[in-house]
Amino acid sequence: MTETTTAHGTGGPAGRGPAAAGTPASTTFASLSLVPKAAARQSMKDFKSDQEVRWCPGCGDYAILAAVQGFMPELGVAKENIVFVSGIGCSSRFPYYMNTYGMHSIHGRAPAIATGLATSRQDLSVWVVTGDGDALSIGGNHLIHALRRNVNLKILLFNNRIYGLTKGQYSPTSEIGKITKSTPMGSLDVPFNPVSLALGAEASFVARTVDSDRKHLTEVLRQAAAHPGTALVEIYQNCNIFNDGAFEALKDQQQAEEAVIRLEHGQPIRFGPDRAKGVVRDPATGDLQVVEVTPDNEAQVLIHDAHSASPTTAFALSRLADPDTLHHTPIGVFRSVDRPVYDTLMAGQLDTAVEQNGKGDLAALMAGGDTWTVIG
Amino acid sequence: MTSKVSSTTEQADGADGALVGGQRKPAGTKDVRRLDRVIIRFAGDSGDGMQLTGDRFTSETASFGNDLSTLPNFPAEIRAPAGTLPGVSSFQLHFADHDILTPGDAPDVLVAMNPAALKANVGDLPRGAEIIVNTDEFTRRAMQKVGYAVSPLEDGSLDGYQIHPVPLTTLTVEALKEFALSRKEAERSKNMFALGLLSWMYHRPTEGTERFLRTKFAKKPDIAAANIAAFRAGWNFGETTEDFAVSYEVAPAATAFPTGTYRNISGNLALSYGLVAASRQAELPLYLGSYPITPASDILHELSKHKNFGVRTFQAEDEIAGIGAALGAAFGGSLAVTTTSGPGVALKSETIGLAVSLELPLLIVDIQRGGPSTGLPTKTEQADLLQAMYGRNGEAPVPVIAPRTPADCFQAALEAARIALVYRTPVFLLSDGYLANGSEPWRIPELEELPDLRVEFAQGPNHTLDDGTQAFWPYKRDPQTLARPWAVPGTPGLEHRIGGIEKQDGTGNISYDPANHDFMVRTRQAKIDNIAVADLEVDDPGNTARTLVLGWGSTYGPITAAVRRLRTAGEHIAQAHLRHLNPFPKNLGTVLAAYDKVVIPEMNLGQLATLIRAKYLVDADSYNQVNGMPFKAEQLATALKEAIDD
Repeated sequence: MTETTTAHGTGGPAGRGPAAAGTPASTTFASLSLVPKAAARQSMKDFKSDQEVRWCPGCGDYAILAAVQGFMPELGVAKENIVFVSGIGCSSRFPYYMNTYGMHSIHGRAPAIATGLATSRQDLSVWVVTGDGDALSIGGNHLIHALRRNVNLKILLFNNRIYGLTKGQYSPTSEIGKITKSTPMGSLDVPFNPVSLALGAEASFVARTVDSDRKHLTEVLRQAAAHPGTALVEIYQNCNIFNDGAFEALKDQQQAEEAVIRLEHGQPIRFGPDRAKGVVRDPATGDLQVVEVTPDNEAQVLIHDAHSASPTTAFALSRLADPDTLHHTPIGVFRSVDRPVYDTLMAGQLDTAVEQNGKGDLAALMAGGDTWTVIG
Repeated sequence: MTSKVSSTTEQADGADGALVGGQRKPAGTKDVRRLDRVIIRFAGDSGDGMQLTGDRFTSETASFGNDLSTLPNFPAEIRAPAGTLPGVSSFQLHFADHDILTPGDAPDVLVAMNPAALKANVGDLPRGAEIIVNTDEFTRRAMQKVGYAVSPLEDGSLDGYQIHPVPLTTLTVEALKEFALSRKEAERSKNMFALGLLSWMYHRPTEGTERFLRTKFAKKPDIAAANIAAFRAGWNFGETTEDFAVSYEVAPAATAFPTGTYRNISGNLALSYGLVAASRQAELPLYLGSYPITPASDILHELSKHKNFGVRTFQAEDEIAGIGAALGAAFGGSLAVTTTSGPGVALKSETIGLAVSLELPLLIVDIQRGGPSTGLPTKTEQADLLQAMYGRNGEAPVPVIAPRTPADCFQAALEAARIALVYRTPVFLLSDGYLANGSEPWRIPELEELPDLRVEFAQGPNHTLDDGTQAFWPYKRDPQTLARPWAVPGTPGLEHRIGGIEKQDGTGNISYDPANHDFMVRTRQAKIDNIAVADLEVDDPGNTARTLVLGWGSTYGPITAAVRRLRTAGEHIAQAHLRHLNPFPKNLGTVLAAYDKVVIPEMNLGQLATLIRAKYLVDADSYNQVNGMPFKAEQLATALKEAIDD
């Protein structure tokens, strides 16, 4: 996918959620221990840039922007030490609207660029904003390698299951059979499940949330920000122009009860009206299934363990959702485990090298072993 | 001037009585002849250790104080099928008592470890050359494999050469019978036997090799001892056998070098040191984002050893991520580098375009190899010049500079860093396979000689708005250099966003305004066009020449050697060699206009010639070779003579 030069919708509301001004920096973020603290309390306003937001009116990106701007003060770090890096696509315009440092780079490469920045500057809080096409199609390689390395990056993957900026072609998360401009007879590709993909790529933190649920979105951001290492947050985002209502099943009051499974660490995985349904393990296959909870099987309902060393159950949870109806879609933190952080390890090797060999001496390096001298 | 081996070369442990003053000396009564220069080629299977043998002979020669130049030549396969022509690996070394410029056109001595090595190389030898053959490998089967129906050692086809048939394998195994080694293990030391023999023939100092073997096999002392024994056996064989009646002395190149401390260095090593030096001089941490590719990987290997200099090396998932990470580090205030070869440049092109648009310092090191596509990974070529100049979408000018010799890669790296840092731009450094792997003596610079590359990051507002408030404009330029400020994350008050979309002049905000785009395109071009580079120097003794030979990159050695030959023969020819390919030196047009004829030899189909003809409307002649090997001086001299006479 390449970007069209066509200007897209301008104007529109600058964020729809309630302004969370002056949230106190009460949470401790282990991942930010090397990032300088803000000198004074920061508010949502401090994180709004002077640029006019140019997403289409009604785009789900507005809600995410507002939630992120609202959450940022909570980090408690100096905003000049926060960097947003993006690729190409509608979501990738995000950095322009954040009054932090930012780079709007090229298609799919944001994780690579952010890796260079994060591994060379541990005093920064580095965020990647990407979309389903950017992260999973043209940039798939960079995404999986960032995840396996566990660089201290927070990756926000806006998944609208469509290409927006090039005006409506199917994406790697579009449901099979999707009718679009490039697939008039329906798309043939099996979609990626970003959460499954991330878990397979050795991700240490994987979560899913929804653009319209500000509270849930903010809570997931909070946990992602606190995670030392790469955090992947898939955000279901509505493209009201090219794929409107893609996540309606998860948003509609009636349907959502059936469709959404809210994961909370340490809690039984139950959902539905009166939490009548639950997730249990099928003793025959080891796979997960949804059942009506009865007094007989209540004890079998799975307790969500996001910190499990094995990603197996998290993966099984990620497969519960029906890709067509989205029924039984878990949201929340699937996996959050401690694993050595790449940039910390890299810095550690530099320190070890100095301990072992002393600080680099250029003259000695250049001289090497065998030299001879010519005397005038 | 006198030359001596410095004290950093340690005394050997003296276990062998033949060591005299730390150096083995031929003690016998054999004839010793003096030569002013020798060209030796070691050739064998790619598993025979010919590159190591060549490297060791080179080190011995360097520490002896000869001038030297080397040409390793090996297949892309790690272990090509044994005994076949494609599997032959060779290492050529030219050393002399005076200054030399090339690895030499034709070997005086060939060491052929098997029939394939003989067959692949004999065509390059002048009649009368010496050939040392390992007769043990001349079995019927091995000869048939390369198409010898009868043994070339017996059919008279080598009558014009001085053949030394030596059963190298048998002698090596015999010499190592005291060691608890299998025959196969013992045979592996035959390259050290050959090295010992050649070291005797040319009076090379040996303690460096013995020390090297002890260090290399520190964890396997038996193997170290066996290799040293084979090495000494080779020496002693030369000393005692009737077949080698003469040994040769090539005196140190006492007058060839200016005063200073020297070492032998390959292009990739010099380039690596240049990058570390640039980082020190800029007081910025070095960050290398790279993906392994021949013939550039050695730079990644070398820099990854120097973490105690604060050097970060990142082996990325692909070429694109390599440069992406480097660009990210540049945004963060590192001296950022990516290293690659032609196919990698193709993959990095979009990110180079982004770096042009972001106007951040970034070094792109391209160790050119034969192309297109995968091409000839281990062979040299200069065919990426136009890719470096134009291989991007849009108007995306990038400065291009090229080293001329292996040792010059050091200075070229510093110069590339200077341009990148001062002008906030990606810079191409075009080395090639010949420079990368070839080696020569290098005068180690004093730290005080290194340029000051320090830059200032932006620290505060740089613009006053109409209402009097102070603002930071990321694209407000330095009026002299047209460079924009480098404001790194972590600097309070300078928060800004940059990206690949066209930016408004000054503010850096997104702008689709037609006039602004036209202005920005021209401004980015003007910034590169106005980079200050040194004037081109012309070597034209007496200003008598009517023909100018113009080169760039690694052709410097062969061109200069050819020019010397012509001048010795009484011809008049001027020579100039470009370090800067973009922008060209300001005086280049004047230089070109001063000659009736301009000849441009290149290891491509005329890429510099195309640029010169387009820019200066000069009817330059192109002289080209694209066979994966550097020019030979004699061949160039002939071509240039024709141009002079034309």
